[in-house]
Amino acid sequence: MADLRTTIGGLTLKNPIMPASGTFSEELTEVFDLDCLGALVTKTITRGKRSGNPVPRVCEVNGAMLNSIGIPSKGVSWFLQNTLPLYRDYEAPLVISISANTADEFARFAEEVSVPGVAAIEVNISCPNIEDDGKAFAMRPGATGDVIRRMRSATHLPLWAKLSPNTGEVVEVAQAAEEAGADALITANTMLAMAIDSRTGRARLGNIMGGLSGPALKPITLRMTYQCARAVSIPVIGCGGISTVDDVIEYLVAGARAIQVGTATFISPSTMPRLIRELDEVLDARGLRSVDALIGTVDVTDEAVVVAECVR
Amino acid sequence: MPASPCVVPDSIPHPYSIHEVECRVKTHDRVNGEYRRLVLSAPRSVLDCEPGQFFHLLCPQTEGFQPYLRRPMSIYSYDRIRGELSFLYKVAGTGTGALASLQPGEHLNIVGPLGRGFEIRREWRRPLLVARGVGLATLAPLASECARLGRPLTAICSARSPDLVMSTDLFRSFGAEVITVADAEGNSDVGSLTPLIEGLIRTRGIDAFFTCGSTRLMRMLQVIGSRHGIGGQVAVEQHMACGIGMCQACVRPFLRDGGAVNLRVCREGPVFDLHEVL
Repeated sequence: MADLRTTIGGLTLKNPIMPASGTFSEELTEVFDLDCLGALVTKTITRGKRSGNPVPRVCEVNGAMLNSIGIPSKGVSWFLQNTLPLYRDYEAPLVISISANTADEFARFAEEVSVPGVAAIEVNISCPNIEDDGKAFAMRPGATGDVIRRMRSATHLPLWAKLSPNTGEVVEVAQAAEEAGADALITANTMLAMAIDSRTGRARLGNIMGGLSGPALKPITLRMTYQCARAVSIPVIGCGGISTVDDVIEYLVAGARAIQVGTATFISPSTMPRLIRELDEVLDARGLRSVDALIGTVDVTDEAVVVAECVR
Repeated sequence: MPASPCVVPDSIPHPYSIHEVECRVKTHDRVNGEYRRLVLSAPRSVLDCEPGQFFHLLCPQTEGFQPYLRRPMSIYSYDRIRGELSFLYKVAGTGTGALASLQPGEHLNIVGPLGRGFEIRREWRRPLLVARGVGLATLAPLASECARLGRPLTAICSARSPDLVMSTDLFRSFGAEVITVADAEGNSDVGSLTPLIEGLIRTRGIDAFFTCGSTRLMRMLQVIGSRHGIGGQVAVEQHMACGIGMCQACVRPFLRDGGAVNLRVCREGPVFDLHEVL
């Protein structure tokens, strides 16, 4: 039995496996014991009520899913009164994912959800579905820093900034979040995408565009994880296309201290407990005593140089 | 620190009601030109089903079809004693196209049972089932349940042509009076069915409607039901991703407490009150 514990800032997780926001809710208690997870991460909530986007809200493309759910939310009071108590008896830390339209609103909202029972706040500044053409805060370092800075002064809870694969300024955004006081980064949210039915010519999502997730996204978010882990000193949590234990290991090796499982839970609702079990088995088989022994161990040395020389 | 034993073995009683299991294909046959019946050997854990519930199927990857998401499919029959679960489906796209390739002896991964099924209320003594196309599959376990409860049953089965009307023998075996209608016969439209159904209300004392498979027929039953004060239930369909209530993809608007609310077809449904569907 290897030591699966990992730390994200001041929080110790019993293992590095947790759900990705939007792919987890209390219904999963009917499939397995949620306390086996490293943490619980809620679906993103907004302060006010939102009804979400028109249907169809999901469609599949090769090896991936597109969604334009649009963050339907029953609002903060409903959440605090009805959803929060459901998780009271779990020992796994509860992470609340929140979204807002302005930095001020993010700050006020963070204050409101800083209540007992909440272990950290995931800052969803990267949903491609709720602003025009996916212009989320995490597209730009300035907007990212602004949101995190204001939230930092509004709450004592750890802030986990969920970044976007849609930006060309991955490192700058990550560093802006760190400088503004984020305690961890999540790499990453879905990637803005589109699908059209070739027979009818119609867009396959009611919202026209949506977020790509699933195995097809993994190489991109794995790359972001690597970039961010090198560029910041706060923990990075990998997210994107994880469905096998090899995926988990790749993210850890790239520098992630924990990982989130999203769309794979839709394909197999018992994915997360399986990954925890298999990660333990792999560490044992490799003679590694802890998850820490894998984190950030990516080998990028000799061979790459040799290949480059051959090409030249 | 030991990893938590997360998945409880099947032999230990546990509170988990949704199961992901691998089932062996027992038989897989064509029913007619369009429909197939898939019979699985299923463990006891997934056979506490209700009529109207569904399973989420991980259709295989084939040369021609590579479905990624699971496909929801309503239960055609379940038999706890024989350990059988069956589905009746029409090959209509990528998922069902892949499903059609399954051979006896191969395995299919299923998640379920899922959703809220039909409720035969105490006051509903003379139900009428109105099924169109593959909607028949969804209503078949309900017919069986009506027979078990001793409710005299009338069923209208509709399809494009008479040879595509399925399961009439099955419905008759449950003691149902079966009326078949078909587009090719010109007797399946709302104009023909309305007087037929209003006649059945008079002569048979029909006091509840159950339907699946056609929005047009559902609307017709809403109108007839409103006129005669008759309630009922409908099983609806929607694109799904997770099937268990997490993703909010499969919502539709329903009338609740005087206003329209989005409800999840996979969780609050797939069976809804006939008169609350908007």
